Amino acid sequence: MTKSRIFWGTLAPVVAILSSLVFVYIILAIRGVNPIDMFNEMISYGFQPRNLVSELNQTIAYYMAGVAAAIGFKMLLFNIGIDGQYRMGAFFGAVVGAAVNLPPILHVTLIVITAMLAGGLWAAIAGYLKVRRGVSEVISNIMLNFIAAAIIAFLLSEDLLGVLPKGSQNLQTPQIPLSGQMPTIKAFDGEIYSFLFVAIAVGIAYWVMLNKTVFGFNLRATGLSFRAARSSGVNAPGMIFITTVLSGAIAGLVGIGTLLSDTHSYSMAFPAGYAFTGLALALLGRNHPVGIFFAAFLWSFLERTAPVLEFEGVPPEIVIVMQGTIVISIVVAYEVVARINLRQQQHAVGKVNAEASSLKESQ
Amino acid sequence: MANILEVNGVEKKYPGVIANQGVSLHVREGSIHAIIGENGAGKSTLMKILYGLVRPDAGSVKVFDKEVSLKSPQDAIALGIGMVHQHFKLADNATVLENVILGSEPSRFGFVIKFDEARRKLLEIAETYQLDIDPDESMTNLGVGERQRVEIAKVLFRGAKILILDEPTAVLVPQEVTELFTNLRELVNKGLTVLFISHKLDEVLSIADDITIMRQGTTVATRKPKETTKKELAELMVGGELPKPKAGVQNISAKSILTIKGASYSRADGREILRGVNLDLHGGEILGLAGVEGNGQSELIELIMGLMTPSAGTVEVLGLNAATTPTREIRNAGVGYIPQDRQRDGLLMSAPLWENRILGHQFSQPMAKGIWVNKGSAAEDSKRVVEEFDVRTPGVNVLASALSGGNQQKFIVGRELSGDPHLIIAAQPTRGVDVGAQAIIWEQLMKARTRGAGILLITADLEELFSLSDRIAVIYGGSIVSVLNPATTTAEDLGLAMTGAISA
Repeated sequence: MTKSRIFWGTLAPVVAILSSLVFVYIILAIRGVNPIDMFNEMISYGFQPRNLVSELNQTIAYYMAGVAAAIGFKMLLFNIGIDGQYRMGAFFGAVVGAAVNLPPILHVTLIVITAMLAGGLWAAIAGYLKVRRGVSEVISNIMLNFIAAAIIAFLLSEDLLGVLPKGSQNLQTPQIPLSGQMPTIKAFDGEIYSFLFVAIAVGIAYWVMLNKTVFGFNLRATGLSFRAARSSGVNAPGMIFITTVLSGAIAGLVGIGTLLSDTHSYSMAFPAGYAFTGLALALLGRNHPVGIFFAAFLWSFLERTAPVLEFEGVPPEIVIVMQGTIVISIVVAYEVVARINLRQQQHAVGKVNAEASSLKESQ
Repeated sequence: MANILEVNGVEKKYPGVIANQGVSLHVREGSIHAIIGENGAGKSTLMKILYGLVRPDAGSVKVFDKEVSLKSPQDAIALGIGMVHQHFKLADNATVLENVILGSEPSRFGFVIKFDEARRKLLEIAETYQLDIDPDESMTNLGVGERQRVEIAKVLFRGAKILILDEPTAVLVPQEVTELFTNLRELVNKGLTVLFISHKLDEVLSIADDITIMRQGTTVATRKPKETTKKELAELMVGGELPKPKAGVQNISAKSILTIKGASYSRADGREILRGVNLDLHGGEILGLAGVEGNGQSELIELIMGLMTPSAGTVEVLGLNAATTPTREIRNAGVGYIPQDRQRDGLLMSAPLWENRILGHQFSQPMAKGIWVNKGSAAEDSKRVVEEFDVRTPGVNVLASALSGGNQQKFIVGRELSGDPHLIIAAQPTRGVDVGAQAIIWEQLMKARTRGAGILLITADLEELFSLSDRIAVIYGGSIVSVLNPATTTAEDLGLAMTGAISA
């Protein structure tokens, strides 16, 4: 049973990635580029130590976005608000981190908690609107993303919370002192954010919470069937609200690796677009922490190696095409695999039925 | 009368499973022919073959004395075979007429629908077969019985001469069943032929001209209702003696475990669903709640389970005020709940059985250990339920959705009876399950009663109501109109009370 579960679990992502490779292969071949050479070059570039480090650091951010999306998916919530929640988390983490002076570990802990609170509270607005007012979380979250960006832009002005460093055009928050910074791990000619360990811990906590605790059972039950969960004694609307907040709290950590180990301040240069990426990664990784990690790494890898294509005269946007086809194929592949799996199970049940009947006959 | 439909030696095998083998069926023109059998006896496969959804591996199908090969439902329809599905396939936001013509619209140049002609034809059908339908009524306003009539009209509109009805009474209340049977009689009087699939013996005996019994994928016998008995049919179906529910020792305790006083409930739109309900249930007693569906039963259950709060009156469950106690605490106090819609309220369809065993018991030992879910004991106890309740499954890691409806129900009943609850709310506990499973469920409910549990039995099945209940309360229009003694009450008395003809 366990073996077949792993088999069914990995079948769909593998099929999706393969079909996307075939698609890209065809596009490259049409362009007159040898696809195999191209893939080889991308792989050897992407696995160069220096590049691996930067891919890994990007993976951390994508991973947090993926886990945040996955928690939502378990509740059938489409948390498109990860963008806004991540901004709120990173911004307020940076502001609070720069405003205080604490012993090192405490300082970092405070920043992390502030980021989770900011992301969680921001998501709570969408959660409240959904549970109490029936507003679709997709609509409210899209609006909240814009509002978050606008609030931060407003607060980042020089007479409020922003500073303009010498020789820079970018407004940013004040620098976080050394005690609030996280060390990096020197490896492969680069520096890996030690926030990686926090990300791993969050992934493990997410899995344990979901699969081993009563709270996680209630969460999944509500996602699978609101009515059945309610009949079983779960406060189903409450679970939807809490899940929204949890997802937002994780989203609040998306930018923290960069903030604590690299920039030490928040600026408008923090990238956008984590919501869509997070949702895609959760889909590709089947909401499983290990799956999401590989998905996040694949995404970072593809983006890092995109410039290689340019040397060969192929537009680097081909990487986006590749990511897109993976996402489309994964949705189709899951549906197909789920149906085959169900049919197999029904078949096994049918067999038992037939056996039980013949048993009754012989008695 | 000639045979309009003849099936000889039909066989259909799936890898490892024989769905149909040596199936023979001879249907006389202008008759109602019933096919009965347990869940999984092969009725559905046979019907799918007749409707062109499945192609047989061997054997022949003759329609009007001509051998045919049905490759699709279109072929079946062209031959005059129509199917009325158990689960209606109707568009809610359209009118009756639009639903009837959907897919076979009479049209001009292939795109302008000739509504007048369609309406004329539909009214003609309605008149000929005395089907009470209004072409311009919106589907949303129709009840289950009316929807079924629309489905029948839809099939007749396509020129069907042979109608296959797949468990048509499963979704109907007794009054609607009577109406349906009148309609079916009218259809055969006008020369049509009806194939009627069921597992309810009473119904089959009262409506059919011929009865074919299926067991383990094959047809075992054909009987005429006058020449057979319910007992014989049941034995042919299960291939042996039926287990009978044992009466058990009556052991009614003095302590009331469910006390409802003057409970009322109004919906948000102001409609009063329950008016001053008074009920009282003791340990060791089965209180049957009879009534036509939609008279407040669902709301009453939700009040008891603490899922809704009454607008007036009190509901006391095992000493707890249900209005202010969360559902989880009501369950923890020892309440088992078999919901009437098992797939929506009782199961996580895409979760494995062992997780479904936890559902409703996740707040207490042994399914939970502190904040942790106890997978070991859940899996172990699932196996016990599977064994004790004869749930047909290869294991407890199988998804609930892979099981047939009857087996899902057995699993739910087994789950809700575990941990020896003091109070059991059993809503339609045997709806849609075969006689074998029904016997198991009845026996287990009786066992719980003997043990001292109180059971509120909400059921539309009169046989179940009479054979299990110690008292029968009748609900009508949101009130309890009478409380009857099943030993001295006739079905007619009950029918009168259920339709509001007599009141308390």
